[in-house]
Amino acid sequence: MARIVIERLRKRFAQTGPLAVDSVDLTVADGEVMALLGPSGCGKTTTLSLLAGFLRPDEGEIRVGERLLSSPAGVVPPEDRHMSMIFQSYAIWPHKTVFENVAYGLHVRRVPRREIVSRVEEVLDAVQMKHLAQRYPAELSGGQQQRVALARAIVVRPDILLLDEPLSNLDANLREQMRFEIRRLHDATGITMVYVTHDQAEAMVTADRIAIMNGGRVEQVGTPAEIYERPRTAFAASFIGRMNVLEGTLVGVDTVACSGFVVRAAAGVSLDTGAKAVVCIRPQHIVLGSVNGTPSAASATNRVVGRITRQTYLGEIRDYLIEVPGGMQLRAVTSPSLQHEIGSEVTLELPIEHCRIVEL
Amino acid sequence: MASKLIFVLALAALAIMVVLPLGWLFYTSLQIPDAAQLSFANYVEAFTKSIYLGPIGNSLIVATCVATIAVAVGTPLAWLLARTDVPGRGALRALIVAAFVTPSFLGAQAWMLLAAPNSGWLNKIWVALTHAEHGPLNIYSLAGAIFVMALYNIPYTFTFVYGALELMPAEMENAASILGARSLRRTLSITLPLALPAIIAGFIMSFLEALAEFGTPAFLLIPARQQVVTTQLYLFFQFPQRIELAAAYAMPLILVTALLLFLQRRLIGRRRFTMIGTKGERRRLTPLGRWRWAALGAALIPSLVAVFLPYTALLLTSLSRAWGLGPVPGNLTFYWYRWALVDNATTQSAIVHSFTYGFAAATIALAIAVTIAFAVTRKLVPAGELLTFICMAPFVVPGIILAIGFYSAYSHKPLLLYGTAWILIIAFATRFLPIAYSNMTSALQTLSVDLENAARTLGAGRVRSLFTVTVPLLRSAMLSGWLLVFIPALRELSCAIFLFTPRTAVMTTVIFDFSDAGNFEAVATMGILIMAITLAIVGVSYRLLGRSLVEAQPA
Repeated sequence: MARIVIERLRKRFAQTGPLAVDSVDLTVADGEVMALLGPSGCGKTTTLSLLAGFLRPDEGEIRVGERLLSSPAGVVPPEDRHMSMIFQSYAIWPHKTVFENVAYGLHVRRVPRREIVSRVEEVLDAVQMKHLAQRYPAELSGGQQQRVALARAIVVRPDILLLDEPLSNLDANLREQMRFEIRRLHDATGITMVYVTHDQAEAMVTADRIAIMNGGRVEQVGTPAEIYERPRTAFAASFIGRMNVLEGTLVGVDTVACSGFVVRAAAGVSLDTGAKAVVCIRPQHIVLGSVNGTPSAASATNRVVGRITRQTYLGEIRDYLIEVPGGMQLRAVTSPSLQHEIGSEVTLELPIEHCRIVEL
Repeated sequence: MASKLIFVLALAALAIMVVLPLGWLFYTSLQIPDAAQLSFANYVEAFTKSIYLGPIGNSLIVATCVATIAVAVGTPLAWLLARTDVPGRGALRALIVAAFVTPSFLGAQAWMLLAAPNSGWLNKIWVALTHAEHGPLNIYSLAGAIFVMALYNIPYTFTFVYGALELMPAEMENAASILGARSLRRTLSITLPLALPAIIAGFIMSFLEALAEFGTPAFLLIPARQQVVTTQLYLFFQFPQRIELAAAYAMPLILVTALLLFLQRRLIGRRRFTMIGTKGERRRLTPLGRWRWAALGAALIPSLVAVFLPYTALLLTSLSRAWGLGPVPGNLTFYWYRWALVDNATTQSAIVHSFTYGFAAATIALAIAVTIAFAVTRKLVPAGELLTFICMAPFVVPGIILAIGFYSAYSHKPLLLYGTAWILIIAFATRFLPIAYSNMTSALQTLSVDLENAARTLGAGRVRSLFTVTVPLLRSAMLSGWLLVFIPALRELSCAIFLFTPRTAVMTTVIFDFSDAGNFEAVATMGILIMAITLAIVGVSYRLLGRSLVEAQPA
């Protein structure tokens, strides 16, 4: 069982510096792909290094199954963790051929020579690199090096595969293709994976669940759909997909007063009235209407009048930037057939079922 | 047109410094005294007579042993300091730098004081302790010369390997760890193979240094009547002079040097060792546990024999009335310092000469390096590769052979420089031109052409934009390039010994003469003075440059 349990994990690098990892609690189920998603400096790579055993935590524990791997008292060294890792730079050894790179972990495990050959060939075949087995890394493209790194990591049949921004050095097309390949690889092997990335699309394609990290903390853990549809914090809301974040003050359990208009949401929050809160609504959920000819063009609950400040035609959609009373800018996207001129006034309907109130 | 003039002057200087001496060297090797036609007779004589073949064998033995020992000690030392938690890493590095800046002929002189067969202090201590008939050490032997040269070559391998280990991305080793490789296996299968280019570079560097070294064999092997190539070349210059034979005898040394440097480039081959790494990664040091202090002890040994013992011996000797009496009260005195700095005209003028010649040589080398490097990196002239080749050519020519080239080119009309200060100045400038040139080239390459072009679009001419934009930005690189010529020029022996005359003696040639005459107190005093001056210059320039060096780092 490769179930990972991380509890109250803390790590700081300089004695007086900030916490790189701040009380992280996380459970990864056996066979699950968990993405650690966040901006650079959020602590996701440090968490991964702690998981791999390259770092010793200041507080907290890491367990896999029944085995305690890391605690402030000591760490099981990386070489005894039955894990594999794919590094951001791939870390393919330039003095070994593709074959030798992939065979390394099997030699370390004292696998019989004949079995090594067959297993390496099998895995190279799976990543479509068999014909390049005798090449040196300097003679490979970035994408091919990536495949070697993948093959080297999985050939040893690890309990857990750690991936540190594995696709960030590839160009956009290849990156998209490799996302699906990594997911396919997981579905074929069932290895538990922890996948560090700053790219939300990458996380959504590859992961079963995503942990949103910010400032060393985990802000929310959930399936891609949960996080997209029910973000729990303003940060989680804005980090996955595009989101309008309207700051205001809570005036009722489900109502926020922004400067100049009031928004009600479908669900309330357990905050005191008068507390600062934000309302989140995605651009595609805002309904734009013309002011001309509509007599009820006044602001009401979940309705506000604004002025178009920018309009971009993107073929499949139109993307508007609208200034509302109080100076906030909202984004809305509409079907391309609906056209409003820059400078014209429009009404914005914020449907109650798409508005979410979260803590600031 | 000012730019053209400067460039033509630099070209003329290059011809005088590199092309003519090397051309004359080759021409001389084909000359027969008192005969008109050229022939290969000198080569036949040099490479068939057994008395001349012996030194070649000795040179190869010495160079191989020196390089092997230097690599065998320098590599583990670099690993200890870069990859383990051995205590005192900073101090250990400082000691290795101290060995690096010590000229090996000075180390040889110090070891003569320590391990001469009967009079050496270590032998005397041994005799006193064991009541043996005589001590076990004899520095006047091939083994002694190998020992001393190896000591001062360890820093090359150390520096190369240490640098390679520092630059190696931590992920390379982490990847092996996570696949289950323990410390020893990881070190042997990943770390050391990745550092192999640096290890090979260290071996080749030490091999070539040992092959070209003159001072140490002259001190230790001439008394032992065991010649190597460089001391044999020196003997060709003694009466009766055989300059033509010397020129022929020197040729293979150039070829071997060029060949090895070429080989080094080729060796890496398909396994190009370009490694990408990510920034800010933290490296795990291998904990040595209870071996920490044992490792510190082992790491201290090279410094002990290369720095502690020699400098103690030199310092005490320079403070002794007569070194044979040992450092006892009543024998201690400042007499020799007073003698060297105030009373003795020879040492005084030698100190002045060393400074002025070094100053002039550094200035000339830097001026040429800046001009040519600028023209080549900015592609202002055709045949840039040829110019680079000419500037770098002295790198493959051992100092002693460069001296023979200078002697054969400028000891007669039309350019009679032998006997003047100029031949020493130009020889120093030529010898260290490659350092200045590569320094300036790399500095210029990091400097965007756009900075200059911006000035030119605003109406400044090429020379004006060079002096108002590029030169100020290069100031610290130029100062460090200047120092990289000046400091080795101060301690240059193998060129100077062939080109000086009594009126143009420098500190190193004076040391050589005193040592020849057995005046070891004077040698020690001058040696300590050279080192003190070098340290003072390095210290002051570090103070001056330190800040601007950091600021001048291109992003």
